[in-house]
Amino acid sequence: MTPRHRRMALVSLIVLGVGGAVAFALTAFQDNLLYFYSPSDVTAGKAPTDRVFRVGGMVPEGSFTREPGSLMAHFELTDYAHNVKVSYTGVLPDLFREGQGVIARGRMGPDGVFVAEEVLAKHDENYMPPEVAKSLKKQHEKPTPTGPLPST
Amino acid sequence: MAAELGHFALILAFCLSLPQAFFGLAGAHWRRPHWIALANRAVAGHWVFTLFSFACLAYVFNQNDFSVLYVAQNSNSELPTFYRFAAVWGAHEGSLLLWLLVQATWSLAVVAFSGNMPQQMTSRVLGVLGLISAGFALFILMTSNPFLRLWPAAPDGRDLNPLLQDPALTIHPPMLYTGYVGFSVPFAFAVAAMLEGKLDSLWARWVRPWATVAWMFLTIGIALGSWWAYYELGWGGWWFWDPVENASFMPWLIGTALIHSLAATEKRGLFKSWTLLLSITAFSLSLLGTFLVRSGVIESVHAFASDPGRGLFILSFLGICVGAALGLYAWRAPLFRSNAGFAPVSRETFLLLNNVLLVAATALILIGTTYPMFMDAFGLDKVSVGPPYFEAMFLVPMLPLVFLLAPGMHAAWKKASFESTKKILGILLIVAVVLGIAIPVVAYGWNGVMTCVGLIAAFWVAGAALVDPISRWRKGHSLPASIIGMSVAHFGLAVFIVGATTVESYKEETDLSLKPGQSAQHAGFEFTMTKIEDVAGPNYEAVQSEVVITRDGEQVAVVHPQKRVYRVQKNAMTEAGIDAHWHRDLFVAMGEPLGEGAWSLRLQYKPMVRFIWLGAAIMALGGIIAACDRRYRKRVTANEGVPDAAGAKTA
Repeated sequence: MTPRHRRMALVSLIVLGVGGAVAFALTAFQDNLLYFYSPSDVTAGKAPTDRVFRVGGMVPEGSFTREPGSLMAHFELTDYAHNVKVSYTGVLPDLFREGQGVIARGRMGPDGVFVAEEVLAKHDENYMPPEVAKSLKKQHEKPTPTGPLPST
Repeated sequence: MAAELGHFALILAFCLSLPQAFFGLAGAHWRRPHWIALANRAVAGHWVFTLFSFACLAYVFNQNDFSVLYVAQNSNSELPTFYRFAAVWGAHEGSLLLWLLVQATWSLAVVAFSGNMPQQMTSRVLGVLGLISAGFALFILMTSNPFLRLWPAAPDGRDLNPLLQDPALTIHPPMLYTGYVGFSVPFAFAVAAMLEGKLDSLWARWVRPWATVAWMFLTIGIALGSWWAYYELGWGGWWFWDPVENASFMPWLIGTALIHSLAATEKRGLFKSWTLLLSITAFSLSLLGTFLVRSGVIESVHAFASDPGRGLFILSFLGICVGAALGLYAWRAPLFRSNAGFAPVSRETFLLLNNVLLVAATALILIGTTYPMFMDAFGLDKVSVGPPYFEAMFLVPMLPLVFLLAPGMHAAWKKASFESTKKILGILLIVAVVLGIAIPVVAYGWNGVMTCVGLIAAFWVAGAALVDPISRWRKGHSLPASIIGMSVAHFGLAVFIVGATTVESYKEETDLSLKPGQSAQHAGFEFTMTKIEDVAGPNYEAVQSEVVITRDGEQVAVVHPQKRVYRVQKNAMTEAGIDAHWHRDLFVAMGEPLGEGAWSLRLQYKPMVRFIWLGAAIMALGGIIAACDRRYRKRVTANEGVPDAAGAKTA
């Protein structure tokens, strides 16, 4: 191979590799993008019914119940304008509790209850998922919790 | 007092990084030996003051001086001494100071180990490193000073994040940083070569050990992080495709590509400008990783209290470093022509494919990691890219990469005929196919084609990695460290693939509820909860359960998973009970009380999971062996540096 051929081969291989990668990535995106919706969006019917998405908000006080002796849990998510009912079977994260911001991933059930496959709560009690903070801000309610202490 | 001294030392360290940069670059440019000598002194001074500053911060932590804001935020009088030291890099400000210390140490190492390099080269490298140090020192002083006072002093501290109170995690950041920052050395070499307008195989020989050592630290750092996530985050996964993990993985992939392209540059004088570009990219991705983690554009366990000012600073710094380096590259790259040719089937071609595939993998991860941020920045939908994307996409470049590895290791430079190795590679492939199908089916049952494909690739690579050292050893030929290192690292990759494939194919996981006295069957084991009790640690209270695991009536293990509540931060923390065995882990984590004495439990069976970290450790070992090769220490004169075209088959 002459240097020119080699360079051509190198460049075309890289273009092919990167181009192929981008093409693959774009098609894979179609299937694996997770959209985030606020409880208000869900109530307004903006969320899809046929695919997995994420919904986030605060867990209102008194909304959490567990079917006795089972791993089935029910709770609600709110952005202080609308609530969405959620059900989840399994172990909840350590920081899951009422009054805490959480994100649930799953799909809408036919009865209007969101069936979560995964529930995320963050490892910092001051933390609020940014999506939740933003959708709460939109509702002009309750200020987002501030960062860590101390007031200097 | 110590805090003020530390702060002052930090300012001095910043001031000394400026002459390091100026005299290093200017001294080399105008050929002033005195200036170059001055730059070397500045490196030592910069290191001493950075170390002193770091020691001051460690001291105030040890003294529980809660009048220092950073200590008050990240320590507590009940925190064990060991973790009080580790808390120094437990949050943003201190970890940057650690970063600066590591940066200074790399500069010092360049001074110490550059005896075989021309003074001008060393001087330019130190100059560039000085600029980077100056940038980071300024970053700390302007946006993230760890020595700020808190008035009035807090009566006690807020404690270190309980997640970080763990031995693996105390050494994870230093290792990771050493790797990240280590890539600044090849970066500096690249800039120096472009400034000098000369890049020969001697240059590649100087850079190779630095790139390899940085890569080795990054490997260890990532593996430790993965191991920690496995047992401490509580849910038994070893890789989550979290943006922060990706941020550390991208420089690793590019670093791997760099190591391989440097081999071609050293041995054959090929891929010169490509090597330069990879050197620049590896460090740029390290900086990008820092930006992602520190700016708050992404949220994760690692994202400390975010501050837009910090993000802006790092972004500008990234822009300046990358912009300047790429500008220089655009100007100088045409100088670096290589004239050597090679046949379509040759080691060069395999290295080229290796690079293309690794860069493609990096691009895929980069797209998936940054896409949600761009969507957000442009005010479009809020999206996230889930692990299924990464899992599916990553295999596309990686499978061919692994299958090309076995012949690639045995391809000769220039033109490969595989005359002597054709037979053994064929036999190994057949053995790998038989074992790759038989072992999983016999041990665990049929699970699909991909499991077998993964194992076949791993067995073939493992076998092929051993061929060269064994045949050399049997024939009594010399066995240079670089060959041992290469074989060991590739063998480590195979071990890793065995672990990752097996655990992803055959893991079994269930959530259930248990009361003391009850038991449950899972993955052929019987898990019996015998008791639940309260226990107390130095700074936490915990509910601990005892779970006895039996198989066919015989006791296998007793584990004690805990649910901890740390006294200060009040966070609940899951401490998994793990019975580790070389070929499987049994993993029990406590969920929450369900009433009437019952608890939700997560039980997991993880076959071969240890091989993942064992493989990474072996890879790192290969790196350190290769970096110790004798030819890197030899003093070489410029004339000797012509690549020997016949080329002993070293890589």
